Amino acid sequence: MAVTETPHVIGTRPPRSVAAASWTALGALLLRDAVVLRKHVWEFVLRTLIQPFLLCFVFLFVFPKIGQNIGGRGNAAESNFATILVPGVVGISVMFQGVQSIALAMAQEFGFTREIEDRVQAPCPIWLVAVEKVISGTFQGLLSAAIVLPIASVVHASGVQAHLALHWGLILTLVPLAAVAMSGLGLLLGTSFEPRNIGLMFGFIILPITFLGGTYYSFDRLAAVRIGGFHWLQTLVLANPLLYVNEGMRAAFTAAPHLHLYVVYPVLVGFAVLFMSLGLRNFRRRVLS
Amino acid sequence: MGPSGVGTSVPAPAGERRRDAVIRTEQLQKRYPGAEAPAVDHLDLEVFAGEIFGLLGPNGAGKTTTAGMLTTRVVPSGGRAEIGGVDVARHPALAKQLSGIVSQQNTLDRQLNVWENLYFHGRLFGMGSRRSRHRADELLQQFQLARWAKASVYALSGGMAQRLMVARAIFHEPAVLFLDEPTAGLDPQSRLVLWELLGELNAQGQTILLTTHYMEEADQLCGRVAIMDHGHLLALDTPAALKQSIGADTVLTLKAAGDAAELREKMAAALDGVTASRTVEGGAQLQLRGIERLVPRAVAAAEALGVDLIDLSVSEPSLETVFINLTGKELRD
Repeated sequence: MAVTETPHVIGTRPPRSVAAASWTALGALLLRDAVVLRKHVWEFVLRTLIQPFLLCFVFLFVFPKIGQNIGGRGNAAESNFATILVPGVVGISVMFQGVQSIALAMAQEFGFTREIEDRVQAPCPIWLVAVEKVISGTFQGLLSAAIVLPIASVVHASGVQAHLALHWGLILTLVPLAAVAMSGLGLLLGTSFEPRNIGLMFGFIILPITFLGGTYYSFDRLAAVRIGGFHWLQTLVLANPLLYVNEGMRAAFTAAPHLHLYVVYPVLVGFAVLFMSLGLRNFRRRVLS
Repeated sequence: MGPSGVGTSVPAPAGERRRDAVIRTEQLQKRYPGAEAPAVDHLDLEVFAGEIFGLLGPNGAGKTTTAGMLTTRVVPSGGRAEIGGVDVARHPALAKQLSGIVSQQNTLDRQLNVWENLYFHGRLFGMGSRRSRHRADELLQQFQLARWAKASVYALSGGMAQRLMVARAIFHEPAVLFLDEPTAGLDPQSRLVLWELLGELNAQGQTILLTTHYMEEADQLCGRVAIMDHGHLLALDTPAALKQSIGADTVLTLKAAGDAAELREKMAAALDGVTASRTVEGGAQLQLRGIERLVPRAVAAAEALGVDLIDLSVSEPSLETVFINLTGKELRD
């Protein structure tokens, strides 16, 4: 009964401003993701490398060995193909990182683990929780680009060689921009699909994006696909965000032909903004009722 | 009665009430899009510092929606809700600093171990590394989870996971601890442990708001109980006062062969002090005043009426009885 006489009231006023609380909350969420990444670092590395390794192994090692060449006969033609493929492999890895580290994790947290319910109780606006995911996904995308490029450029048959030419100015701006855009895509997909529909997401979104995203060919070569005078495939793939990522990677890592940079930069910025705003809207809708 | 330390909070004296309200809702309303009726309809509540306040009602009563609005997850359609004077709809990020939440589902971070779940919660709420570490250790001791510190949260039983969620929720010393159906799905032993724990926290001054559809839980644990149904507040008082309010001190349940309605009518007329009666499966239930020699009186009356009694039981009125009188239906319907 003594409780009500002089109640020991734990502070009933918010101790800190929203800005201060949000700032530390963001730091804590990033710290948490870093700790989780460190715990599963080998899983991360293997998951990131398996697809690029297999692509390079089959296309750049097995195919030349068995004489089933892509890009024409002879080492020169095969090397040209390698020069197209290696940046594409980096681009696709950045995209998969966005999908894997955000979309799959988020679908799970929204779905059966319901962890998101706790995460959004962080003392900050809920959009910041989603933005933190994108920041963390961007970082993982950059990390995957950094480990995929060396692996992709060394897995090939003898005589086949990707001609890399590193443009550091582009690498330091385009790769982060691509990682942000692809993390935004991850946020949008993760907040759009129910966990039980993840198969659909892979089948109808990820696969078409991957195969029609200029990973295995450069945009200018698609001009050859046309009906009458209409370059229909070239027109169609312009809607694919991965195309700009891959063409950007080509510009950053090689001297191969690529889309004009004054197209690549603004379009990637546009996709990043679009994905983020739709993703944040979905996130809010999923969290609040 | 329940374990010691439980149910020690009582309502603040009338004069103190306004000053001490930690939670206040005014005409709070929620209508979900497409729903015919509002889930919560013009709710006025005050929860005082240091009390355990229960929202009692069946599924769909609006308890979880009410708790959802107070914890900023559900956006109110009308009215106001405040925690510590902060309008939760207008300043959700600020209000979240004041709330600790234990939801119905297990929302522990599966990627982190038991200790890390606490530690990172502290960091999330702005505690430094040292302080977070210290408090995580301290709470694991207090909640008897210390030897699971390094374990995966998958290794915890339902009761332990629930305790860890409570520890996490109070980590940042929230003004109010919210628990949504805290013991749903827990085994009886874990339920008792949790009740005891909540009683201890309350004794240390923790204000608690819980939703429940277990009347025993509301009765044993809560200083005051708000009974809700269909989004409306039907009654609000201490469990004892609620039970007194029905005007009967005894509930007599009779089972007999034959027509239940006829049994109810005959027995209600034959016994003195009956205040209310209703039919139940296979018999009748009478609420009455005066427990003295009730069993022999009831048996004699049944004999005289030629009723073939199968079973007879006498109990005190419970919050279930209160709910039945208010709504005409059972809590578990």
